[in-house]
Amino acid sequence: MAYEKVNELNLKDTELRLGLPGTEQVKEEQDVSCVRSNKRQLQSDNEEESTTPPTKTQIVGWPPVRSYRKNNNNNNNNNNNNNNNNSVSYVKVSMDGAPYLRKIDLKTYKNYPELLKALENMFKFTIGEYCEREGYKGSEVVPTYEDKDGDWMLVGDVPWDMFSSSCKRLRIMKGSDALALDSAL
Amino acid sequence: MAEEDLSEMAKDVELHLKLDPPLSANNKPSRSFKTSSSSSPPPCDTSHVLENVLENVLKFLESRRDRNAVSLVCRSWYRVEAQTRSEVFIGNCYSLSPARLARRFTRVRSLFLKGKPRFADFNLMPPDWGARFAPWVAVTAKAYPWLEKVTLKRMFVTDDDLALLAASFPGFKELVLLCCEGFGTSGVAVVANKCRQLKVLDLIESEVTDDEVDWISCFPEGETHLESLSFDCVESPINFKALERLVVRSPFLKKLRTNRFVSLEELHRLMVRAPQLTSLGTGSFSSSTENAGQGEQEPDYASAFRACRSLVCLSGFRELAAEYLPAISPVCANLTSINFSYANISPDVFRPIIRNCHNVRVFWALDSICDEGLQAVAATCKELRELRIFPFDPSEDSEGPVSGLGLQAISEGCRKLESILYFCQRMTNVAVTAMSENCPQLTVFRLCIMGRHRPDHVTGKPMDDGFGAIVKNCKKLTRLAVSGLLTDKAFSLIGEYGKLIRTLSVAFAGDSDMGLRYILEGCPKLEKLEIRDSPFGDAGLRSGMHRYNDMRFVWMSSCRLSRGSCSDIARALPSVVVEVFGSDDDDVDVDEDNADYVEILYMYRSLDGPRKDAPKFVTIL
Repeated sequence: MAYEKVNELNLKDTELRLGLPGTEQVKEEQDVSCVRSNKRQLQSDNEEESTTPPTKTQIVGWPPVRSYRKNNNNNNNNNNNNNNNNSVSYVKVSMDGAPYLRKIDLKTYKNYPELLKALENMFKFTIGEYCEREGYKGSEVVPTYEDKDGDWMLVGDVPWDMFSSSCKRLRIMKGSDALALDSAL
Repeated sequence: MAEEDLSEMAKDVELHLKLDPPLSANNKPSRSFKTSSSSSPPPCDTSHVLENVLENVLKFLESRRDRNAVSLVCRSWYRVEAQTRSEVFIGNCYSLSPARLARRFTRVRSLFLKGKPRFADFNLMPPDWGARFAPWVAVTAKAYPWLEKVTLKRMFVTDDDLALLAASFPGFKELVLLCCEGFGTSGVAVVANKCRQLKVLDLIESEVTDDEVDWISCFPEGETHLESLSFDCVESPINFKALERLVVRSPFLKKLRTNRFVSLEELHRLMVRAPQLTSLGTGSFSSSTENAGQGEQEPDYASAFRACRSLVCLSGFRELAAEYLPAISPVCANLTSINFSYANISPDVFRPIIRNCHNVRVFWALDSICDEGLQAVAATCKELRELRIFPFDPSEDSEGPVSGLGLQAISEGCRKLESILYFCQRMTNVAVTAMSENCPQLTVFRLCIMGRHRPDHVTGKPMDDGFGAIVKNCKKLTRLAVSGLLTDKAFSLIGEYGKLIRTLSVAFAGDSDMGLRYILEGCPKLEKLEIRDSPFGDAGLRSGMHRYNDMRFVWMSSCRLSRGSCSDIARALPSVVVEVFGSDDDDVDVDEDNADYVEILYMYRSLDGPRKDAPKFVTIL
């Protein structure tokens, strides 16, 4: 995707990594395989927050407990509520003209290309290239989001981390609405 | 609608009894069955009479293993069996094509399809791997208009699939989705609305997207046929008033499993309106915060439970407020099945409750009940057949509130135990051996010592002896999952003594290829083998060449396999489909050094060759 190339230089900066910053070798241990999935990834999230010594890295899919159960335990975790707030980040996604809303967990995506690809798959549209000056020129749809302050912004304008922590909901706009927003920005 | 069904069935019966069998006239299946290439045998009265007799006899045969045996007797028996099999079970959706199913079996009323292998549950498989229901619903929609029941496990089901299902089968009665994904509440709404004969709608441990559709309101007005409604896995709020109205107009409802968005007060209202329930999923089992501190009188929960005289199965407790748990006491003595596995219950809260549960046969819980809780179970639940203990904190370093102590106590108290799944941090060979000696009825033994490669924590030795005792003493064992520090010796024992084992799960175990060889050269009944992160390589894999045609599947991930040996298998065994892929779903820039390394091997026998819907990241050798 052309969009990825534009941002290639930025990917490393915005990429979420396992382990503390500076401990690059944690990722290299052969046991850790990063499975990207649309499911909630509680194990990797726990890794970021836990203070377990580096020798005991969490392994994907081990112990063999379904994420469904792990999620429930986190919901019930009376002792430690930190996990609860950070583990999932659901936002509603609507697309103009589509009958159903979707919900996605922003935490499962590490950067804009992943998010956009997932949205494309979900709603069956294709999106054009993004560039800072002209937005999503040439595409029929424009992804927008509502941030903490209630403002509607274009997806991609701010760095990923800032976006993922301030995004409240997403709306894929179509047609003339889209162009209007684009040119206004 | 019901009348039409009856007359349809009456026609069937008439056809069956007639001596001039329209059956052979409709007999399209013989076209595809290779050995019956000659034109159908000249009709003679005797053979038709025999066929009719056989048909009527076979109607009583339900077990699929028996039916499979029957179909092998001769061509005629094969044909008749194919036309009388109404329940079809397909353990691997890729082992045959939907078209083949439709060609062989003509009168299917119930279909059970399993898709992804079990390790997919633990994020070991990249998304979009496959197991789509779509091609199956498309074919069965045309082939089996009288289809009544569909059960899917680990399949990818879309809202469109559900819509097609609802539109294609006017007599549709039962939908059970286990560990499925790909659909949302909009799909559920369509089923609720269009399937007017619906008796069972069970969504179990499935991922259901919240499309913000009030699906409960989509059930048609008027009395329903509902007998079972389970939606405890649906992670979105429901319209409670609509649910209440639905329950009121569902006089046949016996099983109701609500999700955690149903509060205790709401549960009470439901119970009062449905005292005939036999199985109840209790939702959150905590009070909604609005009522707290208002000084209003709380409903009498115990009395509601007392009124449910037929209640034998309890589950839910998703956000349990422990002070309310004693409300279930009136039904404890009747309970045969209890699922506390979503509730963080301490031993003190647990013990007074379990003390009265003498009839419990199936018990699931979190390890928060500790060894003490297990001792209490052992003291009371003498009829226990199935036990599952899940970890509250599923990590490798947690304290671990249950151990060999609890396991041994259970083995001493619950002699009729048949199936156990036990997560723990530490274990001893002595405890495992004790279970093998005390519980001779065990058919399923799954022990998960969460610390990888962890030895017996008292002796420091490998867990070989314990698992060895299990396979030696539990002569009925059909399913085994091993863990902890294990050497090749453990596998040699499993291979030698595991005569009836059909499913074997191995993780982080063994020393060398010999371990895998022992299994593949032993365990004569092995059908499903799933291995991860174990030092088994090409030599081990090759040693099973003579077996793979007779197994349902083999999964090996993060072992020591190379492409070469996988290709060899694929070449040598044309009816085995060999898939290799990585755990990521990227089109990989293959790392040159590791180009040969196989991260995940998934192979399975198939009648119809490699599948056409494999995603790019999967290579079929």
